[in-house]
Amino acid sequence: MPDSLPSDSVGLVTPQTLHFDEPLTLACGRTLKQWDLVVETYGTLNDRRSNAVLICHALSGHHHAAGYHSMDERKPGWWDACIGPGKPIDTNHFYVVSINNLGGCHGSTGPSSINPDTGEPYGPDFPVVTVRDWVDSQVVLADRLGIDCWAAVVGGSLGGMQALQWSISYPDRLRHAVVIASTPRLTAQNIAFNEVARRAITSDTDFHGGHYYKHNTLPRRGLMLARMVGHITYLSDASMGEKFGRELRDQAYQFGYDAEFQVESYLRYQGERFSETFDANTYLLMTRALDYFDPAYETDNDLVKAMAKAHCEFLVLSFSSDWRFTPARSEELVNAMIAARRRVSYAEIDAPWGHDAFLIPTPRYNAVFSAYMNRVAREVGA
Amino acid sequence: MRADLEIIQQWIRPGSHVLDLGCGDGTLLQYLQQEKQTTGFGLEINPDHITECMGKGVPVIEQNLDTQGLSNFDDDSFDTVLMTQALQAVQRPDIVLDEMMRLGREGIVTFPNFAHWRLRWYLMWRGRMPESETLPHRWYDTPNIHLCTFKDFEALCHQKNFRIRNRTVVDGEHQDRWLSRLWPNLLGQIAIYRITRGD
Repeated sequence: MPDSLPSDSVGLVTPQTLHFDEPLTLACGRTLKQWDLVVETYGTLNDRRSNAVLICHALSGHHHAAGYHSMDERKPGWWDACIGPGKPIDTNHFYVVSINNLGGCHGSTGPSSINPDTGEPYGPDFPVVTVRDWVDSQVVLADRLGIDCWAAVVGGSLGGMQALQWSISYPDRLRHAVVIASTPRLTAQNIAFNEVARRAITSDTDFHGGHYYKHNTLPRRGLMLARMVGHITYLSDASMGEKFGRELRDQAYQFGYDAEFQVESYLRYQGERFSETFDANTYLLMTRALDYFDPAYETDNDLVKAMAKAHCEFLVLSFSSDWRFTPARSEELVNAMIAARRRVSYAEIDAPWGHDAFLIPTPRYNAVFSAYMNRVAREVGA
Repeated sequence: MRADLEIIQQWIRPGSHVLDLGCGDGTLLQYLQQEKQTTGFGLEINPDHITECMGKGVPVIEQNLDTQGLSNFDDDSFDTVLMTQALQAVQRPDIVLDEMMRLGREGIVTFPNFAHWRLRWYLMWRGRMPESETLPHRWYDTPNIHLCTFKDFEALCHQKNFRIRNRTVVDGEHQDRWLSRLWPNLLGQIAIYRITRGD
């Protein structure tokens, strides 16, 4: 809880819910007849409407990317390090739009929302949505906001995939795509980790085939395990070693199986907290969206052909210790952009925190991100 | 505009696709983008230079020629491949030259001449590794690990059957002086070569 708001914060922010009656046809063939998106905005849209930046969130993210909802809020939005006055996405220049994606559990229409056809929560009947579907919904949002062309679409991890999809699906509706700690497609190992997470959830006896709302319960154990295994893949061996080492909670071994090492109790705490606040069906949906993402699938598995559809300019960033989406995955993407003769800049940031590094400010990350975005601001007259 | 860059830009056709190996702060590529409407990329490993390129709107890729090579670029994918004042700093200049000629129709290379009379004089008179304005480092911390002379470079091009289309020899201020035209390997400090594959 801040006593006063930091000067480089966007300050107190209020999310708003936008309702859409435009039917949205999804990749799976089903249609959402009406849907809501929750958005937060920071900064001011200029007269030419040229300074809008879309923030796309990652697996467990949401619309609250920067600032505080109240003076009682313990921590600011999830990407407050990068969004605000004087920060890389400088709200003195940009009008920033941050959303909660369809299928989410923070107010946008998702599995825990009421299905208007039945009057009950969608639960497992909520359609499996894809990155492409999200981008399609974000286009409808852009139309509503009167934004013909984003100055930039920006995201880390799964958010970076959305930025990439924007560039391919709507090449003339963004000037820049910033793709951070992301990948053009998941590897078998990535999908395997997602599968472990999903099995943990679906095999929890409280899951009830996804209808746990009806049973007035939550698959807490499953979601906790899913988060624990996921969390390990977001960190690095070195950062876990630095943070916990082999430190014990008590002085000596207890010769039992309770959480004795600090890292065990940390993971349990993270898992438990997450299982109380995040929706299990949304977790299944988000991991599946990750698995399915593969823009080259529609171009004969040729990523160069997929990238050739894009018109925007790209910034791609990776982190040295990220073993979930390694720098090699970003380089694969960059090489396809080079071969397709797209304008692309790429940097590998040296950072020890694994995949989570995209959320953590470091001098070099800040420097390249700021330099790039400041130039975008100049270009769009922000 | 640095004088060597002024000379180089004359050899770039408008609208060319250009790769700059070791592009520094992106000055040349920015100039070429603006004045010659070129496309393409710079490769760089210095973090500050990469940041400067991004600030200028020069597409820059963080890539190390020594450890990563250039195998991610396709054959004949550029009109011109540039390398200014970096050839002497790579692990294998011969392989980099091969790669330049694989990727580009044309290569432009600049490097300092180790046979310049001042360096010869320095070595002969003092008996120590030469240091100069163009080569300010000491022998043990210099990034310039493969210094050569104009004659060495030309011999390598000959051996590889590369054609030298143009050569401009300049002094430390990148001025083209008539004396250095007369005895380039003795009086020239920096050479700017334009090379292509031999027929």
